[in-house]
Amino acid sequence: MSAPASDPRFESARRRFLQGAAALAAVTLAPGVTLLAPRAAGAAASDKVRWAMLIDTTKCDAGCDHCVTACRDENGWTGHDRARTDPHWIRKVDLRDRATGATHSLPVMCQHCETPPCVDVCPTGASFKRADGIVLVDKHICIGCRYCMMACPYKARSFVHEDVTGQKPHAPRGKGTVESCTFCVHRVDAGQQPACVVACAEKAGQGAMVFGDLNDPNSEIAKAAGRHVTNRIRADLGLNQGVLYHGL
Amino acid sequence: MIDTTSYSTIRGNSTEYFTLLGWLALMVLAGLGASWYMEHNGHWVTGMDNQVVWGTPHVFAVFLVVAASGALNVASIASVFGKTEYKPLSRLSALLALALLAGGLAVLVLDLGRPDRLIVAMTTYNFKSIFAWNIYLYTGFFAVVGVYLWLMMDRPLAKFSKGAGTFAFLWRLILTTGTGSIFGFLVARQAYDAAIMAPMFVILSFAYGMAFFLLVLLALYRWTGRPLGDFLVGRLRNLLRLFVAASFYFVLVYHLTNLYGTENHGVERFLLLDGGVITALFWVGQVLVGYLAPMALLYHPATRESRANVVLASILVVLGGVAQMYVTIVGGQAYPLNLFPGYEASSSFFDGAITAYAPSVPEIALGLSGVAMALAIVTVALKVLPFAAEDLSDARMDPNSAAKAE
Amino acid sequence: MTQARNLGALLLALCALMVAAAVTLPAAADGRVPLPHPAKAYAGQQCVEPVDVMRRFHMQYLMHQRDDTVHGGIRGTKYSLKGCVECHAVASPGVADGKVRTLQPFCKECHSYAAVTIDCFGCHTGAAK
Repeated sequence: MSAPASDPRFESARRRFLQGAAALAAVTLAPGVTLLAPRAAGAAASDKVRWAMLIDTTKCDAGCDHCVTACRDENGWTGHDRARTDPHWIRKVDLRDRATGATHSLPVMCQHCETPPCVDVCPTGASFKRADGIVLVDKHICIGCRYCMMACPYKARSFVHEDVTGQKPHAPRGKGTVESCTFCVHRVDAGQQPACVVACAEKAGQGAMVFGDLNDPNSEIAKAAGRHVTNRIRADLGLNQGVLYHGL
Repeated sequence: MIDTTSYSTIRGNSTEYFTLLGWLALMVLAGLGASWYMEHNGHWVTGMDNQVVWGTPHVFAVFLVVAASGALNVASIASVFGKTEYKPLSRLSALLALALLAGGLAVLVLDLGRPDRLIVAMTTYNFKSIFAWNIYLYTGFFAVVGVYLWLMMDRPLAKFSKGAGTFAFLWRLILTTGTGSIFGFLVARQAYDAAIMAPMFVILSFAYGMAFFLLVLLALYRWTGRPLGDFLVGRLRNLLRLFVAASFYFVLVYHLTNLYGTENHGVERFLLLDGGVITALFWVGQVLVGYLAPMALLYHPATRESRANVVLASILVVLGGVAQMYVTIVGGQAYPLNLFPGYEASSSFFDGAITAYAPSVPEIALGLSGVAMALAIVTVALKVLPFAAEDLSDARMDPNSAAKAE
Repeated sequence: MTQARNLGALLLALCALMVAAAVTLPAAADGRVPLPHPAKAYAGQQCVEPVDVMRRFHMQYLMHQRDDTVHGGIRGTKYSLKGCVECHAVASPGVADGKVRTLQPFCKECHSYAAVTIDCFGCHTGAAK
C-alpha cells in the first residue's frame, strides 16, 4: 500500500488544514475552550499525551444538562423514548449527602481509566485504550457480549438495543454493539474540544469542564488540577481515571 | 482391571422415542426462533436493558455450562479415583458433559449482540479476558472429553483412558474455575468481586451435574427397560446429597463473608430481605427447593430409599440451581452500582435505583432450548454409539450382592 | 489477530477478484444474471487508486485504514469510507425519494452480483452531507 503522502491532492489539503489550525491554536474561544493542537494527518495518537477532563462540580447546576444535549447532538445517540434501553453516553447525576443533606450535581460519562476494567474483560479486544488514554469500542470487532458493561464501575456504557439510522459520519454506531463516551475523539484529533466542554462554557456559561493534556504542564487542565483538590469517582478501585472532579 | 461391561446402542425406534425427540426438536426450534426475533429487532424486545445486561439466557447458559463440567464427575470418579463400580457409567457421564456444554454455549452465542461475528470471537483474542480464556477452555473441553470418550470406547486403547480421564478432570476443574471467575473478578459489583466465586462454582457444578446425570440415567434405564440396581443409584444419591450440602455451605460462607463488611449490607439486604422476586427466589428457590428439600429427601431414612424421591430430589436440585443462577446473575446486576458511597444518587439513567427485571418469553424460550438441545444430543447419540451399559443390576455391580446389599 | 484479519482480507480479495473478472469480461450469454454497472463517480475525479486496483483491493484498503484509524488514531489518510461516500454516493429513487445521495446503491451493484454481504452500513451512514 502506498503512503498517504504520495497523494498530491491530499498533501495540499493537509497543508491548508495545518496552516489554518496553527493560526488558531492559541485562540481562546470562551473560558475553558482553548483549541488543542491538531494531530498531523497520518500521525498516530501518542502516549506522550494523556487526554483528561476536570469537572468543577461547584459550578455545575442541578437543572442544567447542556453537556448531555450537546453530546447527543454531536454523536447522534438519540433514543426511542424507552428509558431502560436507550443509550446514555453522558448523564447528569444528582447527589444528596446522607449525613449532611448537601446536594451536588455532576455529569458522569466514561471515565477513561488508565487501567480500564472493560478493556481487561473484553474477549476480542474491541474494548481498548488508545495510546493517548482515550478508551474506545472498536465496533468492527465487538460481538455484543456486554461483559464490559458488567465490568464497568461507572455504568458508562450502553448496548445498542435496536436498529440505528441517520448516524453522524464521525460517530458510527449500530445495533448489537456496545458504545460509550469517546471524549469526542474525532474532534480532539482535529484540534477541537469535546462537545460537552464547549456547551458547558458557551451555552451554560459555566466553564465547569476543562479538557486537555494532563501530561503537558502548561495545559489549562494541568494547571487547574494543580490548583484544586481533585477527586476521582471510586478512587478506591485505583483505576486512575482521566476524568477528575473538583468539589465532590 | 479389565472392563467386562457390555455396552450397546439403544434401539430408538419406538413412538415414545420419536415423540421425545420431536418435543425436544420443537423446543430447540422455538429457541432458534426466539434468537432470530431478538437479533432482528434488537435486544429491546427482551427484559434485558442497560441495567441488567445479562438476563435469562445467561441464567440458563451458565447453569448448563456449570452442570456440564459436573456431569463429567462420575467418569472422573471411576478413572481418576479408581472406583471401578462407576466405570460402566463413564461413557454416559462424558456424553452428557459434552451435550450440556454444547447446549449452554449455544444459548450464550445466540444471545450475543452480533452472533454473526462468532468468527471474530474465535480469531481475535484479548488474552487478559476471562471470556477469551473460556473460549479456549470450552472448546478444549470438547476436545479433551472427546478424546477421553474415544479412549474409553476403543477397547484396545482403554489402558490410556486413565491418563485422559485425569487430564479431563483437571481441565474441568480449571473450566469451572474460569466460569466462576467471570463473576469473581468483577471488582465493580458488590454481589460479585469475591474469590470464593470460583471454588463455589466448582462445588455447584458437582451438585448440578450429578442431579442432571441421575435424571438422565434413571430415565434412560427405565425407558429402555435395562436393569439398574439400587446399589449404584444409592451410591450416586449419597454423592448428590453430599454435593448439595457442600453447595449450601459455600453459599453460607459467601453471604456471611459479604455481610462482614458494612459496605455490603445494602446489597445483602437486597438479596436476602427486601429484593422482592430475587429474595423469594433465594429463600424458596435456592435454599428451600435447591438445598433443604433435596437434603431432607436424600438423608432421611424414611424417604431416601425410594427411587421416586431420588428423581424428585434431582429435579429440585436442578430447579434450585436455575434459581441460584438467577439470583446470582440477575440479582447481582439489579442492585445499583455504588458510585458515590455516602450519597443518595439519582439520574435519568437509573443511578441509585434497583432495576425491576422481568424475563421475556423469547429469553425463556432461548434458555430452555439449551436444555432441550443438550437432551436431544444425548437422545440421538445413545442411538448412534454404544454409550449405555446393558446391565447395571445389583447382581453385576454390587460386590456384596451375594452376601446382601448394603 | 493480524493473521486472522489477513486471512479474512485474502478471502475477501478472492471474492473481489471474481467480481472484478465479472465486471471486466464481456457480457455473458443471455439468460444470465445481468452484469453490475456501478454508477460513475459523483464528482467525476480520479479515484485514490486505478479502477482495477480499487475493484480488487478496496476492502483491504478500507480494513487496513479502519484498524489504523480506530486503534492508532491515524486520520487523514486516503482510503477512508468518508472519501468513498464523497465521490460515489448516488441519489437513488429508493432512498429518501432520491433527495439524499447514499453510497449503498453504488456498493450494491457488484456486491449483490457477487453475493458478498457488506457489514459497513449497520453502523456507518452511507449518506453524503
